Amino acid sequence: MEFLDAKDLLSYLQDNLKENILDSRLETRTAGVKKEEFHNIWLEVKREKFRDTVKLFMELQYPHIAIIAGNDTGEKIELVYLFSLFYGEKFKEISINLKVSLEREKPSIESITDLIPGAQTTERETKEMFGVEFIGLPEMRNIFLPEDFPKDIFPFRKEQKGLDELVQKES
Amino acid sequence: MSISTYKIPIGPIHPSLAEPMTFNFEISGEKIQSVDLAPGDNHRGIEFMGRNRNIVQIIYLAERICGICSASHPFAFCRAVENAAGIEVPPRAEYIRVIIAELERIHSHILWAGIAAEELGFNSVLYLSWKVREEVLDLLEILTGNRINYGMYMIGGVRRDISEEHMPRIMKTLQYYKDAYQTLEDVFLKDPSIALRTKNVGIMTYEDALHLTSVGPTARASGVKKDVRQDQPYSAYADMDIKAITPDIYSGEVNGDVYDRIIVRILEVFQSVQIIEYCLDNLPEGEILSEPKIVKLLGTLKKAKGEGVGRHEAPRGEVIHYIKLNESENPEVWKARAPTYNNLMSWLPMLQRQEIADIPIVIASIDPCIGCMDRVTLVDSNTSKKQVLTREELMKLSIAKTRRILK
Repeated sequence: MEFLDAKDLLSYLQDNLKENILDSRLETRTAGVKKEEFHNIWLEVKREKFRDTVKLFMELQYPHIAIIAGNDTGEKIELVYLFSLFYGEKFKEISINLKVSLEREKPSIESITDLIPGAQTTERETKEMFGVEFIGLPEMRNIFLPEDFPKDIFPFRKEQKGLDELVQKES
Repeated sequence: MSISTYKIPIGPIHPSLAEPMTFNFEISGEKIQSVDLAPGDNHRGIEFMGRNRNIVQIIYLAERICGICSASHPFAFCRAVENAAGIEVPPRAEYIRVIIAELERIHSHILWAGIAAEELGFNSVLYLSWKVREEVLDLLEILTGNRINYGMYMIGGVRRDISEEHMPRIMKTLQYYKDAYQTLEDVFLKDPSIALRTKNVGIMTYEDALHLTSVGPTARASGVKKDVRQDQPYSAYADMDIKAITPDIYSGEVNGDVYDRIIVRILEVFQSVQIIEYCLDNLPEGEILSEPKIVKLLGTLKKAKGEGVGRHEAPRGEVIHYIKLNESENPEVWKARAPTYNNLMSWLPMLQRQEIADIPIVIASIDPCIGCMDRVTLVDSNTSKKQVLTREELMKLSIAKTRRILK
């Protein structure tokens, strides 16, 4: 396996995805007293091309997914998938933060658990907390919320203000 | 003829750690056929609470995600905010951050070693390990004022300096751990009964570790050379050459079993000692905070806009925090991910085909931290047909297995 540097990685993604990239940003930060540089890539892709993007990563190295950070902006549900590629050597690892925006009314996206089985926990959490449907997710039960939790309440959406309101609704 | 299986639910009272988590086992004879995990009993909605707090208040909230990783979460959180707001950290603070984080790793790994020994039925080894651990807790108390929840990390630096007066005391602790290595190696790595109970038990292959996105010593014990301190170093780690520790360094082979996880953690204790020594030898002079006035800092953060990711290699693996600031007092998004969250699925291959008596040690082997991972309340009702093993019964089984081997 060969390591790509961040610029090459970004142009590899741009060449393959072309106009499907909505936004891309190369972020350079320094670390330590010697101020050595390392890079993060922020990438926003069209929802339809999300799975293809993950497949592109897989052609380079088996990607590591840390977690999906969800955000309810009031109009959209934004998901940021925190990926990293090229582990194993000093300063070679590149973080790729892949963003997709979903319709707030009925958010759905394809599951990547068939590509990366380890993504199951975070997809299940995002499903129950934000009400995002993951197409092809093999395990549909709640992971952190109780099984008898109301199916139409998603605790991490912006309209949820905390326990009081939930308790009032239920009682 | 079909082989009949029976179900054993274990938990929510944890079989090996005093933390709540439910495991539903499908058992055939003495062997586990399948396991179903049901976490969530300890979900406190910490990220939700963060929505009503300002950035500086969240540091203390993040610190209380876990009592053992109480340096790791604020470290990653501060890095995320500094990334998002473009705040530079003074070099001296970067070094002090690393010293505290590594002292934490020493106490966490030795704590784990003690628990692992208890799971096997060696209570004397538990007491020995925890006695060895006390030394670093005392030092942390001298440096920070607290044994846990140190309150050291602040956006843009650290809150307390390490002075010249502290140096002899730190050196004493480092020497103590260098001397303790032989004891720990003899007790954990050379003892035939620990080897018999842990070798070829709870195996996770390299492919499984990669595909299930395992992190930390759990992944490294399966040969995945993944360590944030090596792959994308930060703070003082960037000035050193840190290599991810895999079991082949010690034993020459990678099996991915419980024994390998012990090797990785014991070796990492002494890697931490070396890292702290480097930091003390090269500790830069200067400020420890980029902005000592908290009110002014909060003013800056209120005007900041942007996203940031902070990563730190905690004792159990990578901790990652994501923050989105949007010119407001409270963050728009705060997401924290603890290592056990990613290591959760690692239990599935590890527990396959294992014996019931091996459940405690295999579960303990990933060093789970349920408080970290779950962040709502769940009541588990079991049908009357199911057989329930209590923690005591399971511990008895585990201890009896060790006794059988020793005979």
